[in-house]
Amino acid sequence: MMENPWISGLVYSAVLVTVLMTAIAWISWFERKVAGRMQSRLGPTLVGPFGLFQPLADALKALQKEGIVPKDADPFLYRFAPPLTMALALGTAAVIPFTPHFLGSDLDIGVLYALALSGMMAFPIWIASWASNNKYALIGGMRMVAQGISYEIPMVLAALVPVVLSGSLSLGDIVEYQHVNGWFVLWPPGVGLGAFMLFFTTALAEGNRIPFDIPEAESELVAGPTTEYTAINWTIFAASEYGHSVITSALASTLFLGGWSGPWLPPLAWMVIKTSVLFVTITWIRWSLLRLRSDQLMALCWKYLVPFALMLLLVAGIWTHVRP
Amino acid sequence: MALIPTKAFVADPYLDLETYQADADLMTLSLGPQHPSTHGVFRVVLHMDGEMIVKAVPHAGYLHRGVEKLCEKLSYSNITPILDKNDYVSPMINEQAANMAFEKIMNIEVPLRAKYLRTVLAEMQRIASHLLWLGTFAIDLGGAMGGGTTVFMYCFRERELILDLFEALTGCRFHYNTHCVGGNRHDVPPGWSQGVHQALDLIEARLAEYLGMFDHPIFVDRTRGVGTLDAELALELGVTGPLLRASGVDHDLRRDAPYHVYDLVDLKVAVASGGDCLARYQVRVEEMKESARIVRLLIDNLPAGPLSSTKPLNMVTQFKATAGQVYVGVETPRGELGTWLIADGKKATSPYRMKIRPPSLHNAAVIPYVLPGHTLSDAIAILGSLDPIMGEVDR
Repeated sequence: MMENPWISGLVYSAVLVTVLMTAIAWISWFERKVAGRMQSRLGPTLVGPFGLFQPLADALKALQKEGIVPKDADPFLYRFAPPLTMALALGTAAVIPFTPHFLGSDLDIGVLYALALSGMMAFPIWIASWASNNKYALIGGMRMVAQGISYEIPMVLAALVPVVLSGSLSLGDIVEYQHVNGWFVLWPPGVGLGAFMLFFTTALAEGNRIPFDIPEAESELVAGPTTEYTAINWTIFAASEYGHSVITSALASTLFLGGWSGPWLPPLAWMVIKTSVLFVTITWIRWSLLRLRSDQLMALCWKYLVPFALMLLLVAGIWTHVRP
Repeated sequence: MALIPTKAFVADPYLDLETYQADADLMTLSLGPQHPSTHGVFRVVLHMDGEMIVKAVPHAGYLHRGVEKLCEKLSYSNITPILDKNDYVSPMINEQAANMAFEKIMNIEVPLRAKYLRTVLAEMQRIASHLLWLGTFAIDLGGAMGGGTTVFMYCFRERELILDLFEALTGCRFHYNTHCVGGNRHDVPPGWSQGVHQALDLIEARLAEYLGMFDHPIFVDRTRGVGTLDAELALELGVTGPLLRASGVDHDLRRDAPYHVYDLVDLKVAVASGGDCLARYQVRVEEMKESARIVRLLIDNLPAGPLSSTKPLNMVTQFKATAGQVYVGVETPRGELGTWLIADGKKATSPYRMKIRPPSLHNAAVIPYVLPGHTLSDAIAILGSLDPIMGEVDR
C-alpha cells in the first residue's frame, strides 16, 4: 500500500506536521526559558514540571478566547491569512532530508522550492495587514513586503553557493555531496563560512527576528501586521513564526552544515543537534540585540549583503572550475 | 515614497498641511493614547509623508489631576504626599522641592543632618530614575520582545536595590512622604549606610556590564544624529536637565545655584555636544556614575544632630506662613523643577497659589520641533530619549 505515492505522501506529511507542531509548541517553551535565564528570571515554572505544560495551557487559552474580526476588516482575507502562513512555513519541511531516507520528496529543484516558499511568506503577512484595515498593520505590512523582497535576493544568492559547489539543486544530493566531501561551512576556505553567515543573517530578516523584526516592531507598531489579531488566529501567526525559524535553521544546516551527516551518532540526532544549535543562536541574538531602522535595513541589504553575496558566488564558481 | 528625507527638511511646528507639497498622500497616525510606547498617558498626532513625519502635534492632559488647585486647599503638611505622584519616577525630589519652598517662606532652617540625608536621597533617586529611563529607552529601541527587554530587566533589578533601601528607611517603596517642613521624618536605620554601599557596588559593577550591550553599532546607528536639538532652540523653549546638557549647555542647578549640601561635593556636570539621542544617553549614564560618587561621599559623613528643626506633627494646621512669595528651583533627573509659592497671609495654613514648573512639560515642548523629518521608528526613539513623565506634565 505504501507504494502508492498519494498514501505514502499523506502518511509522511501527517507524521511530519504532527512532529513539527509538537516541536514548535515546546520550542516556544524553550525560548521562554532561554529568555528568562538571559534576563535573570525563571521563565515559565508553574504549569507542570519546569513549566513544561505551559504551551498546552497557552493553546487552550487561545482556543477559549473570542476570535474577534474587526468591523471594518475584510472577513475572508482576515481569516485566510493565518492558515496560509502556517502552510507556507511548514511546506518547506517537505524537501528537507532529516535522515538519508526520511524526507518527503527529493525534488530535483528542492532548493528553489524551499526558497520560493520562504519568499512567499511576505504574502500572507501583507494579506493580514491589508485585511485588518488598521494603520499600524498597514505600515507593518509595507515594511514586511519591502524587507521580504529585498532580503530574498542575498538569501537566494547565498543558497546558490552550495548549489554551485555540489552541482545539484536537490537538497538530498547536496547533503550526500557534503557527506563525502566535507561540510560547505568548512570549504572552500572562507567562502563557505561567508555564505553560511550570509544565509543565516538573511534568514533572520526573512523570519522577522531581531535585529530585523522591523515589520512587527512592538514599540513602534503595536504588533505590526498582527495588531488586530486575537485568539487562535494570532496563535497560528506566532506558531508559524516559530515554525519558520525552526525550518530555516534546518535548511541552513542542510545547505551548509552537512545536514544529517556526522560521525558516531545516528543521522536524525545530528540533524536535530545542528538545527537546535542554530535555533538557540537565533534566540540568543533575539534577546541581546536592539532593532535596526527600516531604511538602515535596506541600506544594509543593497549596499553590503547583495554585493557580498555576488562576490561569494563568483568565487565559488571559479573554485569549481579551478579545482574540479 | 519618501522613506528617508531626501531634501533638507526644516521642521516647522506650525506647518500648514493644506499647502504642503507631499510626495504621497499624507497619512495621519494617532500615536497614542492606546499605544505601547505612550501607554495611555500621551498622544502625538503624526502627519506622515510616506514614513517621514512632516508635522507632529502633541496632546497632553490624560493625567491631569488638578494638583495645583488641590495644593491651595490642603495644609502645608498635607501637600507633600500628593506631590509624590507628580513625577512618579523621582518622588523624593518632588517632596524636597515643595518642602524647601515651605521652609523658605516660613524662614525655617533645616538641620545639617537633614540636608546631608536629603542630598543622599536625591542622588539615589536620580540613579533609580535614570535606570528606569535606560530600561524603557532600550525597550523603545529594541522592542518588548527582544534585546530591549533584557536591558530593561537588568535595569529594574538594580532599581529594586535602591527601592529596597528607601523602603527600609521610610516604609514605602514609592510614595515616601518622608520630608516635612523643617527636616526629615525618618532617621537612618542601623546598617543602612553599609546597605547603600553594597547596593552601589552592585550597581556600578553591573552597570559596566550592560552598558556593553549599548556599545554596539546598532545602538549607535539608531541614536547618532537622531532628534538633534540645538542649544539655541533648547534655551528658547526652556529645556533643562540632561536634555539641555546633551545640547552642549553647561547648566546644572546643583552646581550653579547650590541647595542642600551640593556646594560641598564638588559636582562634575556631564555635558555632551551632540544634542542627539546618543548624547542624551551619554549624559544620563555619566550622571548616574557621578550620583553614585556623591552618595558614597556623603553617606559616611552624616553629621550627628537632630533630623528636623520643627516639632513632630500633631496638628495639620501646625505650619503657618505670612504673606509673601518665594521661588525654589531644584534639579530633578529631568531638569529644573520650580515651585513658585504665594501666601496671602489670610489663610495662613495653606498656600494662596502654588505654581509648579515641571521640567518634563518644557522638555516635551521640543516634540513638534524635533520629530518632523524623522521616520516613525526614530520618533519612538526620540520620545524615549526626552524622558517625559506625564504625571508632572499634566499635574
